[in-house]
Amino acid sequence: MREARRTIRTMSAIQNQNPEIREVRGRALPLPSNDIDTDQIIPARYLKAITFDDLGNHAFRDQRFAADGSPKDHPFNDQRYAGASILVVNKNFGCGSSREHAPQSLLRFGIRAIIGESFAEIFADNCTTIGMPTATASKEDIENLMSVIRENPALDLELDIENNEARYLDFSIPVTQKESARTVLSQGTWDSVSLLLKNREKTDETARALPYLNHFR
Amino acid sequence: MGKENLFNKVWKLHTVKELPDGRTQLFIGLHLIHEVTTPQAFSMLRERNLTVAYPERTFATVDHILPTHTLKRPFIDVEAEGMISALEHNLRGSGIRFFDPSSGKQGIVHVIGPELGLTQPGMTIACGDSHTSTHGAFGTVAFGIGTSQVRDVLATQCLAIQKPKVRRITVTGSLGKGCFAKDVILNIIRTLGVKGGIGYAYEYAGPVLDRMSMEERMSICNMSIEGGARAGYVNPDETAFSYLEDREFSPKDEEFARAVSWWKSIASDPDAEYDDEVTLNGSAISPMVTWGINPGQSVPVDGAFPRLGELAAEERKTAEEAYAHTGFHPGERIRGTKIDVAFIGSCTNARISDLWEAAKIVEGRRVAKGIKALVVPGSQQVKRTAEEEGLDKIFIDAGFEWRGAGCSMCLGMNPDKLVGRQICASSSNRNFKGRQGSAAGITLLMGPAMVAAAAIEGKVADVRDYL
Repeated sequence: MREARRTIRTMSAIQNQNPEIREVRGRALPLPSNDIDTDQIIPARYLKAITFDDLGNHAFRDQRFAADGSPKDHPFNDQRYAGASILVVNKNFGCGSSREHAPQSLLRFGIRAIIGESFAEIFADNCTTIGMPTATASKEDIENLMSVIRENPALDLELDIENNEARYLDFSIPVTQKESARTVLSQGTWDSVSLLLKNREKTDETARALPYLNHFR
Repeated sequence: MGKENLFNKVWKLHTVKELPDGRTQLFIGLHLIHEVTTPQAFSMLRERNLTVAYPERTFATVDHILPTHTLKRPFIDVEAEGMISALEHNLRGSGIRFFDPSSGKQGIVHVIGPELGLTQPGMTIACGDSHTSTHGAFGTVAFGIGTSQVRDVLATQCLAIQKPKVRRITVTGSLGKGCFAKDVILNIIRTLGVKGGIGYAYEYAGPVLDRMSMEERMSICNMSIEGGARAGYVNPDETAFSYLEDREFSPKDEEFARAVSWWKSIASDPDAEYDDEVTLNGSAISPMVTWGINPGQSVPVDGAFPRLGELAAEERKTAEEAYAHTGFHPGERIRGTKIDVAFIGSCTNARISDLWEAAKIVEGRRVAKGIKALVVPGSQQVKRTAEEEGLDKIFIDAGFEWRGAGCSMCLGMNPDKLVGRQICASSSNRNFKGRQGSAAGITLLMGPAMVAAAAIEGKVADVRDYL
């Protein structure tokens, strides 16, 4: 099985510790259904840990396994998709709880990018913060892509972050990304804390002008 | 006067910088933290040798995994004990105020913020919890964030975030007998859909909102995220100002007067512009119950489980999935659906007025045989007030369990969980599969008075029969 790979170019700028993510390429995993919430992605009981390290084992736990531990029929259990790095979903993926544990569990499961009809906002922001692109495509293109993957589980899918395109076989479909997410991922500046730390003085200035931090004077 | 809405005014005021990627570097006026979404954030700070930039603007409590039946340490659940110890360790020497159980001020983070007067109009508020939208009831820009963003706020008191559009939702008319804030927000979500709010902040307005108490407005703003909107708010008015008077962290005396005049100035201008507007007739709202696996799947209590053919084509797939999970029968009446558990609690509906409404229904009656019923006050202060007023006795005499403050059965992270295929009438905010701690469990969302009525009858009941 071919390893998923990201095109990584090391930035010369020292402040940026992030690799530039210009494309994600690998096998794909179709996960149909609208409104898949973050409680499904990672049940709350697995949030009782002070690191994200083990979350990969528990992604979609209750959808994948019965109470007695026996595996259920679920795309994440399907051997045909083993090793996939691009998740393909429908509408409003990641709705509900703000838990970053959801994208962290997918990342640790091996997912490197998600293509879907639409994403819940907090989830999408959390993905960006950890360097996982979320791209949207039309309902028709997603459904077609899902069918093609089912027929060809070994299919090589390529998400071109810079050019807003997903390519497979001889086809290409247009995708949309939040422009800010596309920019920071492709430039390797998705580590938001470095970005924010640069403006410490302006931050203090803003705070000094806020009435409620200054006795409303 | 300008034509600005509150959201844009507050956003502008807190803008540190427009970032080159198109996002805003937004100053966060109030940061609330709890035990579950912070340990990794503190670890990230340590890994990078960063310290907390504005410790006086972050406040901590414990709510998600705290048991509600005992506070005896160490907790039996070693993971819970580990997480709470981690928070205590992370806070030590940080300068961050911690409202732990021994403070008498502990509670669900979205209950204690307003209760302590920390939440004030015109602030930007962030917390590692999607129900942070609750604080919008005071005319704030308040939203949930992930753990890496908690790290960002700790390290810089700022977030890199995209400004949403603003949709005003006007609720006209007046609510009928037995209808409450929960019914209004369930109606809004049903009308606009669970993803209708993506990319938007919601401004809730109109006569129904104007007449509501702060606690009712909090219940509405709380569930903005269930409609896809990361933030929701109500313009601050006299109701908000009088709520804030004499709270621990509220401005005092002349400062309060100055505060009120500033709070008035940040409200939406009378001719403010919005990116979208929606109007709902509040007089047509009935008490609501959810029937499916997302908060948009609700019907009036005198309605029926919808038949697939009645639903928009787009909603059928999720509806089929819902029926596969619940085993309910399309076409059957929802009233009379048997329940196993009744839960009054959560950041949506565990404030004192919620307990008043539920107690009115419960007083002098008994919980139906075989029903597990619990009341979990939203904070230690709510609990104390309720006990001073004798509400605890009313609930206990009726057969409810009277618990300590916490998130409890809303999310299945503490000992309060559904078991197997139990069906729960719940005043919480999410009916997702497995949400209440059992993968096969079923949640019927409704207002707290409706939960009380369901507990009495042992099945979904119409609260209007009790008023």
